[in-house]
Amino acid sequence: MGRKHPKPKLAVWKFASCDGCQLSILDCEDELLDIAGAVEIAYFPEATRAVVKGPYDISLVEGSVTTPHDAERIHKIRRASTVLITIGACATTGGIQALRNFTEVADYVRAVYPTPQYIETLSKSTPITDHVFVDFELRGCPINKLLLLELISAYLNGRKPVVPEYALCLECKRLGNTCVMVAHGAPCMGPVTQAGCGALCPSYNRPCYGCFGPKRTPNTGSLAEWWRHHRDMSEEELVRAFRGFNAWSEAFRRASEAHEQTTMK
Amino acid sequence: MADSKTRQIKVDYLARVEGEGGLQVKIRDDQVQEVHLRIFEPPRLFEGFLRGRHFTEAPDITARICGICPIAYQMSAVHAMENACGASVGGQLRALRRLMYCGEWIESHALHVFMLHAPDFLGYEDAIQMSHMHPELVKDALYVKKVGNEIVSLLGGREIHPVNARVGGFYKAPARERLNELVERLRWARDATREAADILARLEFPDFEQDYEFVALSHPDEYPFCEGRIVSNKGLDFPIEEFYDRIEEEQVPYSTALHSRIRGRGAYHVGPLARFNLNYEKLSAGAREAARAIGLEPPCRNPFKSILARAVEIIYAFDEALRIIEQYEPPPEPAIAVAPRAGVGHGCTEAPRGILYHRYRIDGEGIIRDARIAPPTAQNQKIMESDLRELIGRNIGDDEEKLTLKCEQAIRNYDPCISCSCHFLKLEIDRTGGPDPT
Repeated sequence: MGRKHPKPKLAVWKFASCDGCQLSILDCEDELLDIAGAVEIAYFPEATRAVVKGPYDISLVEGSVTTPHDAERIHKIRRASTVLITIGACATTGGIQALRNFTEVADYVRAVYPTPQYIETLSKSTPITDHVFVDFELRGCPINKLLLLELISAYLNGRKPVVPEYALCLECKRLGNTCVMVAHGAPCMGPVTQAGCGALCPSYNRPCYGCFGPKRTPNTGSLAEWWRHHRDMSEEELVRAFRGFNAWSEAFRRASEAHEQTTMK
Repeated sequence: MADSKTRQIKVDYLARVEGEGGLQVKIRDDQVQEVHLRIFEPPRLFEGFLRGRHFTEAPDITARICGICPIAYQMSAVHAMENACGASVGGQLRALRRLMYCGEWIESHALHVFMLHAPDFLGYEDAIQMSHMHPELVKDALYVKKVGNEIVSLLGGREIHPVNARVGGFYKAPARERLNELVERLRWARDATREAADILARLEFPDFEQDYEFVALSHPDEYPFCEGRIVSNKGLDFPIEEFYDRIEEEQVPYSTALHSRIRGRGAYHVGPLARFNLNYEKLSAGAREAARAIGLEPPCRNPFKSILARAVEIIYAFDEALRIIEQYEPPPEPAIAVAPRAGVGHGCTEAPRGILYHRYRIDGEGIIRDARIAPPTAQNQKIMESDLRELIGRNIGDDEEKLTLKCEQAIRNYDPCISCSCHFLKLEIDRTGGPDPT
């Protein structure tokens, strides 16, 4: 061992998640064999039994930290990785399972399991960056596989990845969609959500539900005010709107907590 | 120092399944003492946080239980909610739901048959290694999978967690021309699957017939996707509303997924083999022809042949997709209006891995008060354990590596989706001989 590998070694790790983001790699049907030609797939249990020992040049991490064991495991992975990239909403903001963070987790465990004491789980679902240094966070629930390919090729070529940080609205406008919010009054998260999915929801005549998480400097207060004014949305509805697949991201968390406090007044 | 009969096998993390799990086997004096499928997939507590959400959110939220079969979750959820609200979706909207489900079966089955399961039979670690010796097979398989994904993307915007399904139908119905664009590729991929099935038929299948109780949906007119009664080969026949009257769940300390069993009876088998055995006559003529040609006849009780059942179902899904597209007329509205009303709703659909049951109680405002979900892999846990017990017993003389591989293959017969089930695998075989030290 210790032999220098000619190809960069790629590892794929799973934490609490639905497996969808790592499935995106296998969903690159046209590119998969080329990926396997460009990198050595050194650890990817969803796809292969073969395990190549670390260290790894690139680690892709899917899922959030929800158990004491995983909170330890992520440090070992960080130590074994040159570059650590989180893929998807769970790894980047805690995911949908971070809804537990707003309540007493024991109530949820009791709701699901008849013998709660067998279940070992943390009170909060947290993103990877709360535990270790992360080199790049790829957003989305799920990620856009084309952005993942861009990211991997950028790292292989030592350049900066081209991944948008602006609002979904820009993507939507470029597609020539009719604005679902202006034209139909739909409660669209587009103005505060990071682009990258290809403005899918508005393209299917539905409002964006924010699965790529907050864009840089989102004005959630202004958006909520618009919804309240034009759609007569209740505080409970506003809480639910921000409490989705990126509920624990700072911007959406602050927004939902602000509206929740209003409901309790 | 243990005597010569003491051996230990450990595989830390079962590969080529979706999710995290392990297997723990205790062998004493060449007798299998205990088989535990350990599921350590972290619990994500969906049934907990669904409480308090709006009924229209259930399809998108529950899709996130599983990235491999999000359509199954969306479909079980929409049917349960429509059931609760006294609504029923028919005509072209119902056909479009079947079409989307065809896409998911093709994509999920192609992934499992060619990339996760076939390497076991052919002796490879993975599909990429397999592609060096069988380049055409792997390329065709990837194409088949891609075409399945194209159906889902066209109807739903993306392969994983598509955005178009809703309670009442869809947000946007596709234009006829868009669906027609798929036809040529669907036909090509169907023929490629048919040819690949001949290769699969020549695989070596262990002689391993088991007396299962197969459970699947059954519909009077069609191979089941979203609707039907729950039936078995041993006399079960009940409406989905009675799911929890007939099925019970128990929690075991070594698994974060609940174990299901038929009340008063025990383990049962869901998935492609169950569907094939219970619904053979409802398959398309082309799929039945393929089954005959590859030597798959109902009743097939050999779980290792589930790979053939999946191949037949891929062919069926292509035939059905082509039929739906041929008869497609865009519906006047993409969805029917569904107003919430207080009540309980049930939904049960055939996920690629077997029946997926949802039950919700909602209030008059449409807020979810209670949610229960029984995923197929949780339902198959007991049968996987009993298969392993039998398999290890029969092959007890094998060396550890061989035995481990056989166990892994037997587990992959069920295409377990652990992310789903937990709502899976580390192989630990502990062999001891002589007196029990404890």
